[in-house]
Amino acid sequence: MKLICSPLCLSGGIIAKEPVSLEQEIQEPRGGGGEFDMSDILYFCRRGVESIVDDEVTKRFTAEELESWNLLTRSNYNLHHISARLTVLWGLGVLIRYGFLLPLRVTLAVTGVGLLVVLTSIVGWLPNSRMKKYLSEKVNLMCYRICVRALTAIITYHDSDNKPKNGGICVANHTSPIDVLILASDGCYSMVGQAHGGLMGFIQKTLVKACPHIWFERSEVKDRHLVAKRLSDHVADKTKLPILIFPEGTCINNTSVMMFKKGSFEIDCTIYPVAIKYDPRFGNAFWNSSKFRMVTYLLHMMSSWAVVCSVWYLPPMKREEGEDAVQFANRVKSAIARKGGLVDLLWDGGLKRSKVKEVFKEEQQKLYSKVLVIKTEGLLLAWGPMRSS
Amino acid sequence: PLWCDKVLLRASRRVEIAYFSHSQITRLYSRFHSLDKGENGALSREDFQRIPELAINPLGDRIINAFFPEGEDQVNFRGFMRTLAHFRPVEDNEKSKGHDASEPLNSRNNKLLFAFRLYDLDRDDKISRDELLQVLRMMVGVNISDEQLGSIADRTIQEADTNGDMSISFSEFIKVLEKVDVEQKMSIRFLH
Repeated sequence: MKLICSPLCLSGGIIAKEPVSLEQEIQEPRGGGGEFDMSDILYFCRRGVESIVDDEVTKRFTAEELESWNLLTRSNYNLHHISARLTVLWGLGVLIRYGFLLPLRVTLAVTGVGLLVVLTSIVGWLPNSRMKKYLSEKVNLMCYRICVRALTAIITYHDSDNKPKNGGICVANHTSPIDVLILASDGCYSMVGQAHGGLMGFIQKTLVKACPHIWFERSEVKDRHLVAKRLSDHVADKTKLPILIFPEGTCINNTSVMMFKKGSFEIDCTIYPVAIKYDPRFGNAFWNSSKFRMVTYLLHMMSSWAVVCSVWYLPPMKREEGEDAVQFANRVKSAIARKGGLVDLLWDGGLKRSKVKEVFKEEQQKLYSKVLVIKTEGLLLAWGPMRSS
Repeated sequence: PLWCDKVLLRASRRVEIAYFSHSQITRLYSRFHSLDKGENGALSREDFQRIPELAINPLGDRIINAFFPEGEDQVNFRGFMRTLAHFRPVEDNEKSKGHDASEPLNSRNNKLLFAFRLYDLDRDDKISRDELLQVLRMMVGVNISDEQLGSIADRTIQEADTNGDMSISFSEFIKVLEKVDVEQKMSIRFLH
């Protein structure tokens, strides 16, 4: 016997959080005559339990939950069997997606990548000249556009007059490797990344013959100065293409923008922010790298209904006087979050894999200590010297 | 997943269903499942510690502890809901809802007991000077000296201790907090 449940309305959170700060809540008059109040723990207790029920961070590392089902099995989290008719629709969807769309798309993708490799190799043999740059751009654009078709990506570009120019760095929020395709099919960029082995490595080596991409060896990635130097040298050369960087450092599920690593914002050049927002109704674009391998992910992408997204090119920004790299990074991040309708978070995307640093807990402890000390001093003034125990 | 239905059916026979609506239970189960990285139907302490906001909470470890029954390392969904039930707001019409004569989990008394147990680690129904110091140290970190913290603890016990045994019993604890709006401070508003 099958359970029939109504589709869940998942809009909004599970709980309503009170926006009260530590100082506000603990300063309120309460029990006990001393400076430490045994009820002070209630604040931390409630906040702790609230975070167990619903926290801002862990939900960014899994696919966004949808309000209503989009007929893809992988989006079916809490919705059980609803009706026979829906199951038939879903079955039909599976037939269309896997029987028709997927083979078509795979063929296109293989063509696109194949052409990319072959043509960039040919262009790569040419001597460095304007003709080479021109051909390289044309080849790249064409092949990326074929790949974009292979995903049936329907992209809307906004404010194209703000498109990144040479000598600048383009930063965008990161949801999936497809972000690169989406941006590269509308403009030419120098990509930055780690040098891989295997097929990916082969493609990287081929691409770099025609176009000055920046690939780092694994060992070089740790050396921040080296990275910064190579990026600076690149942007200083005005003939080179703008660099494309994803400062979050990892894929986030497109509901929020997480901490931007300050490395790219320390370089003295113009930053071109770009906001990318996917429409989750047509397919989940987020790559959950701990759950799916790249190939599985691409297969999911090519068997979704489509990839629908909006790209906003924001006006260029430069670091202002007296602003340090972190503040600048946060300013750019807020602008991107606002434009894309995403939640602006200060948390590090690296929390996907690593533990949070102790220093944040120490900040909380410091904050509470301050409040406690203020209360102690207040009592001293009110009551005179402390009573002996 | 199919076995989720079985859990819900089993849970519905328990008292915990009185605290949460059907849609709330489903959402809490979804949350439980997303925290359960090992996918074995139970949460371990590591699963909780993976929540950054909880990891930076000075009382994080104590709060996590409250979910685990005495001596156990795993908490199942029922236990998860049971602990969360303490934080349901107290409603006036709830007095008639009791299935049996026992007090509801989210009563003022049970909320106070929950808070008391955050202090009373050895469960001897008394908060000793040491236990108080431990919690104080967790909350202030390295920012206050041992001496000053010691005197704060002494003064706190002095204020609360009415029977002179240099520790705080549960009834003394209740007395100390009688003017505090515990119902509001220890309640979380669950939506739907």
